[in-house]
Amino acid sequence: MAKNMTVRVISDKSISLALNRIAYEIIEKNKGIENVVIIGIRTGGAVLAERLKKLLDGICDADVPLGIIDITLYRDDIQDKLDQPVIQKTEILFDLSDKVVILVDDVLYTGRTVRAALDAIIDFGRPRAIQLAILADRGHRELPIRADYIGKEIPTSRSERVEVHLKEIDGKDEVIIDRSGRGGV
Amino acid sequence: MSLKIHHLLGLEGVSAADIRLILDTAVSFKEILARKIPKVPTLRGTTVVNLFYEPSTRTRLSFELAEKRLSADTVNFTTSGSSVAKGESLKDTVWNIEAMKIDIIVIRHSASGAPHYLASCCKSTVINAGDGAHEHPTQGLLDMFTIKEKYGKLEDLKIVIVGDIKHSRVARSNIWGLLTMGAKVAVCGPPTLLPVEMEKFGVKVYDDLDEALRGADIVNVLRLQKERQKGGLLPSLREYSRYYGITRDRLDLLNENFTIMHPGPMNRGVEISSEVAEGPYSVILPQVTNGVAVRMAVLYLLSGGKGKVDEE
Repeated sequence: MAKNMTVRVISDKSISLALNRIAYEIIEKNKGIENVVIIGIRTGGAVLAERLKKLLDGICDADVPLGIIDITLYRDDIQDKLDQPVIQKTEILFDLSDKVVILVDDVLYTGRTVRAALDAIIDFGRPRAIQLAILADRGHRELPIRADYIGKEIPTSRSERVEVHLKEIDGKDEVIIDRSGRGGV
Repeated sequence: MSLKIHHLLGLEGVSAADIRLILDTAVSFKEILARKIPKVPTLRGTTVVNLFYEPSTRTRLSFELAEKRLSADTVNFTTSGSSVAKGESLKDTVWNIEAMKIDIIVIRHSASGAPHYLASCCKSTVINAGDGAHEHPTQGLLDMFTIKEKYGKLEDLKIVIVGDIKHSRVARSNIWGLLTMGAKVAVCGPPTLLPVEMEKFGVKVYDDLDEALRGADIVNVLRLQKERQKGGLLPSLREYSRYYGITRDRLDLLNENFTIMHPGPMNRGVEISSEVAEGPYSVILPQVTNGVAVRMAVLYLLSGGKGKVDEE
């Protein structure tokens, strides 16, 4: 199997264009960014959330509240695992009541992570609405969940693996598909 | 990442990596306790039995709260009014409880080694909540967490444990844990309350309090266990208090930015003066708060399952 097993599906340029577009879509949909707060899901979503915040701040000359959420403790498979995942801190240092929460993650797949994040957010207060922003939607939902803002839809099979690389973590921006059959995100 | 240990029976022999993982995880749990709804659904479906063969308020409440904050189901067992009064053995009691499908046993017992015995004869995960004069590992962990929270580290700090070392499981768990994490530990107390050959633990031993306090960062004041002093080990409480009580004027011997700890319950005016217990350098109440977070971390980390995780 000498064939190249990984394919780049989103380039660094496309990532920044997609985030820019999402930022404008957020402003359009919410008629401004008053009451908008951003919460990123660790780890990839947190990085993207920070970039979105900077974009929104720049466009609207504002300071959009930014939070980070770790959903480990809300997972539905936590009892079945061999190793307990390391829990990182959740940082939501503002009140969520009556806010519009933009929940940010890198890949939308089964929807189970988002389900867990929704539960976690509601433990912090009662937002007016929660909207979902996703860089790559790869399909195969197992729950009735959809994104409000999508960077790019990537048709995949379940055996493929989608990897999002971000400058802040991996040194470069790209989304690749790994076809070596390991499955996963 | 997961713990190498499957039960928490004591801190003796627990690796620095395991201790670090528990303390780091507890930081996240402390944040949860500050939330509007301080509860997460993580241990739904897990049942925990709190088996207390000895009186306890703080530890039992702390464990129970930790379990509830993680959404576990909890059952409490105290010896008064149970079949233990009818002469049932520990093993039979636990086998019967286990037959009702439980996952974790938290046990406090007056016999040293009771949790180890239990771990060898039952299938559940066992957590030691204090066994005789042996160990009280979650207290050791919460003490380390509290120190680390203030100083950002444990290495090279000088900690003096003062009081009845001989009967103290808190002292033993603190010694094992702190030495593993690279702290410098000294113990101080009247010679009748210091076990012989204490030096072999790797700690410094003092019978003169002023000498022990000089240049220390943290003083962990142990409770004088009045109920265990019947054998004439002390001439009088007044004398103990004069020689080994932590009072305001003794604090000048300590390093700057020093800390006073006490595992509770306190005998004010015996091992610690009220003024010291309530001073700005005292972390006695933060210790109690941190206890819940640390116990949540232990329960979470010890309750790993058998399957494989979805990778999303």
